[in-house]
Amino acid sequence: MSAEFLYTIEVILNGLLTGVMYSLVALGFVLIFKASGIFNYSQGVMALFAALTLVGFQDGQVPFAELINAVLGTEIHGFGWEMPTILAILCALAVMLLFAILVERIILKHLVNQEPIILFMATIGLAYFLEGFGDLMWGSDIKALDLGLPQGGSFWIEDMTVSWAAEDSGFYGMYIDKLDLIAAGVAVALVVALTAFSQYTRIGRALRAVADDHQAALSVGISLRFIWVVTWAIAGFVALVAGSMWGAKSGVQFSLSLIALKALPVLMLGGFTSIPGAIVGGLIIGVGEKLFEFAIGPMVGGATENWFAYVLALIFLVFRPQGLFGDKIIERV
Amino acid sequence: MKLSRLAAVAAAAMIAASPALADLNVPALNYRTGPYAPSGIPYADGFSDYMTLLNERDGGVGGERINVMECETAYNTQKGVECYEALKGENPLVFIPQSTGITYQLIPKASADGIPVHSMAYGRTSAVNGKVFEWVFIMPGTYWDAASMMVKYAMEQEGGSLEGKKIALVYHNSAYGKEPIRTLEELSKKHGYTLTQLAVDHPGQEQKSQWLQIRRERPDYVFMWGWGVMNSVAIQEAANIRFPMDKFIGVWWSGSEADVLPAGAGADGYKSITWHKPGADFPAYEQIKTLVHDKGKAAGDGTTIGEVGYNRGVYAAVIVTEAIKAAQEATGKSNITAADMRDAYETLTITAERWAEIGLPEFAQPLQASCADHGAPHMGAIQQWNASEKTWTLVSDFMTPDEEVVGPLIEEDSMAYAAENNITPRTCE
Repeated sequence: MSAEFLYTIEVILNGLLTGVMYSLVALGFVLIFKASGIFNYSQGVMALFAALTLVGFQDGQVPFAELINAVLGTEIHGFGWEMPTILAILCALAVMLLFAILVERIILKHLVNQEPIILFMATIGLAYFLEGFGDLMWGSDIKALDLGLPQGGSFWIEDMTVSWAAEDSGFYGMYIDKLDLIAAGVAVALVVALTAFSQYTRIGRALRAVADDHQAALSVGISLRFIWVVTWAIAGFVALVAGSMWGAKSGVQFSLSLIALKALPVLMLGGFTSIPGAIVGGLIIGVGEKLFEFAIGPMVGGATENWFAYVLALIFLVFRPQGLFGDKIIERV
Repeated sequence: MKLSRLAAVAAAAMIAASPALADLNVPALNYRTGPYAPSGIPYADGFSDYMTLLNERDGGVGGERINVMECETAYNTQKGVECYEALKGENPLVFIPQSTGITYQLIPKASADGIPVHSMAYGRTSAVNGKVFEWVFIMPGTYWDAASMMVKYAMEQEGGSLEGKKIALVYHNSAYGKEPIRTLEELSKKHGYTLTQLAVDHPGQEQKSQWLQIRRERPDYVFMWGWGVMNSVAIQEAANIRFPMDKFIGVWWSGSEADVLPAGAGADGYKSITWHKPGADFPAYEQIKTLVHDKGKAAGDGTTIGEVGYNRGVYAAVIVTEAIKAAQEATGKSNITAADMRDAYETLTITAERWAEIGLPEFAQPLQASCADHGAPHMGAIQQWNASEKTWTLVSDFMTPDEEVVGPLIEEDSMAYAAENNITPRTCE
């Protein structure tokens, strides 16, 4: 096989794996939109906050240390111990659950029956609040997140594939990042778990009922407030997974919240209400942008990925405005 | 009655909070929040801590206390301009914009208002030409100096020639990131290397395509003009593809602890250019610890001392305070103006002996500014990261740029600016 062909395959595989990372973020948006019709602007910041909380627990950081020091004149920075990763994940999950309860109590409860745009605006406010709150709670310095996961190109795949092209062809074996493979496995597990939860559990069925028709769900005794807490808690869990995977790659810092920008074209393409749509949308965006950058990028100065993802999503929208897997909007007169 | 008392208390509080007229007002356009906070915090701490040291130890400069007027920009150009507008009426001596975007906005404004701008090794490169940019100072050097010195270092490593070699430039897709391209292109003609340009869009969280291309093309060196999370992601990706870290060299804004720490052991051996020594092993830092930190007067939590960003804050503070001192000596008055400050910047001299005298021996190179040269000393060295000890170490001597290539480029660009803006360049004789 020619090196050029093999490199194209490499780009496609890496695009698929990158797409999975985008899907992880997009899933959080889908869950909340599906259950409550709210486009949650703060999903990216939730991923940042969840990752900050995880690494804060891991490193034994004292929450609000700078604030405490400034007010009380103390010199507190850490507890002096490091928490095992599993325990830190559980603690971070507990914080995200508490966050979901507070969001419902403080924001959503007061906005029942409001227009979707009002709820959207509320999530914008939540995003800005959470940005500052996260900084205040854990500090705004960059934090390395070590989950004990392997990272970097797989030697095994490289060695296995290097002989697929002639020795002097300039092919050095296929590059696949081990962390990306793990993220793909996590995403698959997440989708299976979410599907099983919504299909086979009582709460899951209640979630689906609210998503289908919340007034009908209310009439059969399903508590809308409880469902909102569950939805936001699950979205918080997904944010923790996405924040952890992206944080392990780049460190945990403010820019992590901007990964939401990568999820938007995925949602436009896959539809705002479909979990499989978020996955398939992510894969299409991932492969599309990587192939375009590989083939066309060098001719137009590179850095095409950000805008091309949106162009690709727009092309799909022309033919399917509701996205590939979105619910078709039927207005009856 | 109660209302009038309240008004009197409020007025007294406002007077107390506003800077005293006799103070030396130095605005600090910091960014302790936002996406670039990890880089902005150490700088802001270093700048303020050094000023506090002078206030605590010497009562300021020349008997006048220094009043650092912090204004948070979050590295946002619009907020930076708002800070400028808010502070320009407070008798500021100099503005240090802390952002290339803000610098570009302030150059015409501050020049018209008669306030010097010190864009320390960032901003508009050709502003180094004092004949055209009377109010702008860029010491200790320019991006074009940095590009030239990085090529010089690579050439030294290759035994004196880059003929037939490949250099890849990974750059932030912005005006800042594109700054070195022209210089590197000119140098490629002179030294015979091939230049590959790889743009990374803001914020740079995802760079798989760029690093797959680097893996395919196997350049001999990778240079980086990055900022924020782009740096740490690039270093991680380089480690992932097992690119030799000692052949990966970043500009001075791609070489701080925030850039290398997230990559952990993978960042070991990464290099960047710098204009000052790393670490906290200086007498002045001991005084900062005892007279500032131990007394609870640190600008931050005291943990950033000795970091690259912190040392840059100290460097900026030294330049400002040495210029104040020079202005006071030249004018014979302690309460100087922005115009006095500009004149002092233009004739600023800091010798090696002076660096030692202020407690920072061999911290940075001696400098001698002039009417025509607002970017002295134009010197840089390469530092390398040791991941296990979490320290930077200088691994080269201080170098000078290739003036034969950089000089004409600066002349051409600055004269084009002068023509566009109807500026008649000074003669500087």
